[in-house]
Amino acid sequence: MEHLQAEMDALRREMLEMYKLVLSQVERAQTALIDNNLSVVQEIAYNEKLVNAKELQIDSRCETLLALFTPVAVDLRFILSALKININLERIGDIADNIARMVAHSKPGFDREFLEKINAKQAFAMSLDMYKSLLQAFEKEDTLLARDILIKDEAIDNITDESVSIAEEYTKSKPDSITQAIPVISIMKMVERIGDHLKNIAEEIIFYAEARVLKHSSPKQ
Amino acid sequence: MEGTILRTENLRVSFGDNLVVKGIDMEITGKQVTAFMGPSGCGKTTILRAINRLHELTPEAKVEGKIFLHSENINEMEAMTVRRRVGMVFQRPNPFPTMSIYENVISGFILNGVKLKTDEKNNIVEDALKKVALWEEVKDHLKKRSTSLSGGQQQRLCLARAVAMKPEVILLDEPTSALDPLSTAKIEDLLYELKGNYTLIIVTHNMQQAARISDKTAFFYLGELLEYDDTKKVFTNPKNEKTQNYITGRFG
Repeated sequence: MEHLQAEMDALRREMLEMYKLVLSQVERAQTALIDNNLSVVQEIAYNEKLVNAKELQIDSRCETLLALFTPVAVDLRFILSALKININLERIGDIADNIARMVAHSKPGFDREFLEKINAKQAFAMSLDMYKSLLQAFEKEDTLLARDILIKDEAIDNITDESVSIAEEYTKSKPDSITQAIPVISIMKMVERIGDHLKNIAEEIIFYAEARVLKHSSPKQ
Repeated sequence: MEGTILRTENLRVSFGDNLVVKGIDMEITGKQVTAFMGPSGCGKTTILRAINRLHELTPEAKVEGKIFLHSENINEMEAMTVRRRVGMVFQRPNPFPTMSIYENVISGFILNGVKLKTDEKNNIVEDALKKVALWEEVKDHLKKRSTSLSGGQQQRLCLARAVAMKPEVILLDEPTSALDPLSTAKIEDLLYELKGNYTLIIVTHNMQQAARISDKTAFFYLGELLEYDDTKKVFTNPKNEKTQNYITGRFG
């Protein structure tokens, strides 16, 4: 069915565009936070509209595919996954936008020493590494790579879990830093949520490629 | 985008006292696939046959109203001219059994007494068979009887026969209902390609087929046109409740 295949290929292309669009948002959010670069904040705000528009476009294409082609088997699984991946990517986009807004509100920027102690750069780097692996997993339908991401998410969780106690210690020694501590902890929690969304996407890739449901299972399972 | 190629004005068809098609006004856009769907007895095939003037062969049939091909009233044209410009493919593949594959393709010319040189005939046959993706399968067996082909191949041959006359419109009355799923898929792919050059109107009982291959869908019920819109709209958000009930399988 050439017509169906053409539509599925178009959906796949749109998904890749969404992946790359949101990836660039996360990279900009990292630049904003770690480099205290406020020039990217407006770019993020502008591109957030593109992310939202792309989400609607993908939803609409999935609706059309389901209504007109009655897909089954791997095609049906791909479309169902695409709908869920789409939501997760859009949420990651929202998180990147929120991080950028918090950085913008923090003028003249967050304390560099504090950010280093709390491992903000490392958490971001790990989430971006996961994201890029995920993009590759999607492009190549590499479920081994997708499974690897499920395990990597735990590492980000460990870093962000420690951020509260690190912030506590830091504010004890520098009481003035309390006004920064709260937003920075929020940002660390947001980076953790990026990891959670990436994990959800990895599960969806495994679902459509292997017809296996890993939701609610432990990574080791 | 093409404009309107076919238009009906208050089209009514009756068989004796039975009014089967009750005043249809519609415009068919050129170079698109338009699907006619609806429950049995709704009049969709009757409308199709009216466009091709086939009801003239039925004594008790009466066609009223107007049908325009571009701006010409088809009832004021020569019937054979109508049927050359508006080809038809039927539910059961019906290649002429006594003719070869080759002869079937050019049968329109043969039966109309059109004299062609051998080169012209060869070109017409090859072109038509290529258009329906049958050439590679039959090019070495053109002299064989058409009945030696499979059902799906025979139906593609019937399409080639229609296409050879270079029609403007091709009417298809449930063209795949007698075929297996693989042959059906091939015909559907073919129709999707053909719409680049022809206007196609297809009657189908298979709603999923209408959804898959058509650009516009017309839903008929008890001889009336209840809804006519882009296929995507009809299948995602139909305006008429009866259309919704039909496509969701609640009746029909």
